[in-house]
Amino acid sequence: MGFVLLAVIWLITLISTYFFIAKTWWLPAGASAAAASIDHQFAVTFVLMGVIFVAAQMALGYLVWRYRANGSTGRASYSHGNTKLEIIWTTLTIILFVGLNLIGSPIWAAERFRPAVGDATRVEVTGMQFAWYFRYPGPDGKFGTTRPELVDPSSGGEAALGLDPKDPASKDDIVTGIMEVPVNREVEVILRAHDVIHSFFVPAMRFKQDAVPGLAIHMHFTPTDVGSYEIACAELCGLGHYKMHGILKVVSQSEFDEWIAAHEADKQQQQ
Amino acid sequence: MVAQEFHGHAAPQGFIRKYVFSLDHKVIGMQYYFLALTAVFVGMFLSLLMRIHLIWPSASLPLIGEIKPETYLSLLTMHGTIMVFFVLTTAPQSGFGNYFLPIQIGAPDMAFPVLNMLSFWTTFVAYLVMLSAFFVVGGAPLHGWTGYAPLSALPSSGPGEGLGADLWIISIALFCIASLMGALNFITTTLDMRAKGMTLMRMPLTCWSWFITAILGLLAFGVLLSAGILLLMDRNFGTSFFVPLGTVNGQLTGHKGGSPLLWQHLFWFFGHPEVYIAILPGMGVASQVLSTFSRKPIFGYKAMVYAMLAIGLLGFMVWGHHMFMSGMSPYSAFAFSVMTMAIGVPSAIKTFNWLGTLWGGRIRLSSPMLFAIGFVSLFVSGGISGPFLAQPVLDIQLHDTYFVPAHFHLIMGVAAIFGIFAATYYWFPKMFGRMMNETLACWHFWFSFIGTYAIFMPMHYLGMAGHPRRYSQLTEVSYLKPLMPLQKFITYAAFVTIAGQLIFLWNLFSSMRSGKKATDNPWEATTLEWTTTTPPPHDNFGGHTPVVHHGPYEYGVPGAPRDYVMQNDPATVATH
Repeated sequence: MGFVLLAVIWLITLISTYFFIAKTWWLPAGASAAAASIDHQFAVTFVLMGVIFVAAQMALGYLVWRYRANGSTGRASYSHGNTKLEIIWTTLTIILFVGLNLIGSPIWAAERFRPAVGDATRVEVTGMQFAWYFRYPGPDGKFGTTRPELVDPSSGGEAALGLDPKDPASKDDIVTGIMEVPVNREVEVILRAHDVIHSFFVPAMRFKQDAVPGLAIHMHFTPTDVGSYEIACAELCGLGHYKMHGILKVVSQSEFDEWIAAHEADKQQQQ
Repeated sequence: MVAQEFHGHAAPQGFIRKYVFSLDHKVIGMQYYFLALTAVFVGMFLSLLMRIHLIWPSASLPLIGEIKPETYLSLLTMHGTIMVFFVLTTAPQSGFGNYFLPIQIGAPDMAFPVLNMLSFWTTFVAYLVMLSAFFVVGGAPLHGWTGYAPLSALPSSGPGEGLGADLWIISIALFCIASLMGALNFITTTLDMRAKGMTLMRMPLTCWSWFITAILGLLAFGVLLSAGILLLMDRNFGTSFFVPLGTVNGQLTGHKGGSPLLWQHLFWFFGHPEVYIAILPGMGVASQVLSTFSRKPIFGYKAMVYAMLAIGLLGFMVWGHHMFMSGMSPYSAFAFSVMTMAIGVPSAIKTFNWLGTLWGGRIRLSSPMLFAIGFVSLFVSGGISGPFLAQPVLDIQLHDTYFVPAHFHLIMGVAAIFGIFAATYYWFPKMFGRMMNETLACWHFWFSFIGTYAIFMPMHYLGMAGHPRRYSQLTEVSYLKPLMPLQKFITYAAFVTIAGQLIFLWNLFSSMRSGKKATDNPWEATTLEWTTTTPPPHDNFGGHTPVVHHGPYEYGVPGAPRDYVMQNDPATVATH
């Protein structure tokens, strides 16, 4: 039995570790400026925790097999512990855990402690059961006022956000169903939610932030690769949570300019 | 003895006073245990339905029919709530704690027997109210066991958020009241009812774990109770504690000015200590069993006590690590992250000491020991993902993905369940006077140990790939579709693991009737419950009070006639 336990514990450990090392299922390829440093922190944590994981499980399996009684009548060694050892492993663990945390914190600070740069592409992202809406401020650079009492999701677009047509700043606001941004330029995301909490999660951008009713949360990220990326809702928001997804399209600056100009023209025609 | 005077009630005669409204801590402990046993099978069945829906979303099941996305979320909510409250909080603490805390410290009963009875029956009512949520119009709530507002605060936010959600809150509030009564009782009993010579530092680590858990419960459940009442008022009396100005489906909610983050702060101020409420008694049992079956004193008894105290203290300072992505200040995330890494230190100390206990032992691989070893393995596996989730920068990717259920199921779910199993196999002979079948126990162990790894290890890979949790189907988001084979594997593993639990059920009930008769001390253990008869008499020690001369884990003592010295043996051999 001791040997079977050793074999099973070791096997489980090795198989689990294999899939982490082989990266059979892994982070999607990163496509933002922060992805490299976040992925590096992942790798550092994986190596350190992986070594502890394998060492602890191997030791457990080995000790169970090595010190099995097997019907013998001798006595175990009589020891109540070893204070020196306790101090050594407590100190080592503190250094490891706190150190790991300190290595990672500059990345967090870069992501979250500073506001977006002045020339960032500004997009307001609004979550509601069960869709994402994206709003661009237009040439005036100002988002028009929205009013909850005007919200009408069945009409879609601007009405879904409750945009107030009387506010001059709202005249040139563009509301879209997909999010398009230019590559290699910081995006300032202003996150809002109408009803319940949603979470704006773009795995390829290594970006996630809850959208909370009553709050406008300002965040930023910089896409570095042109392409289409899926947005998933990551906070339970009701029965349609699993289908609340969207598309983030990263394009060249010129393509983005054309796209936004076309929307502006449409908007002028409607008025 | 002071303790004797507290035991005001004589052995009752009638069936109702003896088995139903009993004041005897042993009967109450068993009542809690069997309540948790029914709850764990309900919770497991719900998870089975969830697993089926995930891989066959349009399957029609006999009697139940097709599981709709909202039904999936109700199953998820009720699975989590029932498991956390009525299994993981109920069995290890209220069940085994009630039965064995007084006996292990040499007391005739808990300090407040009537309060003890009241706390069980309040828990029982809470359980019925929780289950009733399934049968009302709209069904059970879909807001998850964390009940984030405004989803949980607005009846219009989804099916199940009507009466079902009210019942869910009422049930939890009742559970909180019951737990507060229990916590008071455990703390008073530990402080006031110890036998002569049972100093705090001679208490078995199980007693320390129940004592510290009770303190956590006293401080945490009061907060959840208040939060629940506020939520109930938001839902029914027009207040706006948690709901800001907003609309649901174009309709104004009629609320304004509330804060959804306030709910999260209150909930997790309870919720994180709750994690330790679930796992600390398992740590106690694992320590007890590892020492007994290694025939060796526990390695670093004092370090184990201080580590549990540190976990208890730090447990109240880390709740914010559930909220890194919530919109809370990123500076506070930094502080919570450091505290969370700090709580990993006492957890690591415990693991080192368990390995140190095995080192140089004479290990007997009986059923309680198998599950205690399994506990250590699962605790390591579940713990190792903690330092990932504790870093806000990694949480950007991992928060609310399957990485999180992988982490907490291993460490507070199955590790705690393995603690319950170890305790069951260990104390069954004392509780029922018979032995459980070792062969069946072995099979149960292999099914559970390999099965839970097969279920929860792959969830880490899902999380890495960005699979959000609480998705009822993988059909809509296209990057999830390649992950289907892993989800299938997990469901198949769940089938096998759940089938293995039927072995346990069979072993439990058949051993009660026809197991081999147990002696007073079948495991050759040292603590006080093994000094009394099997099962213990009404007043636990048959009219006398034990006097304690030794620490709790005196195994392999040189010069002693046997390889162990019981705590009440006269002090003829030099021990610690």
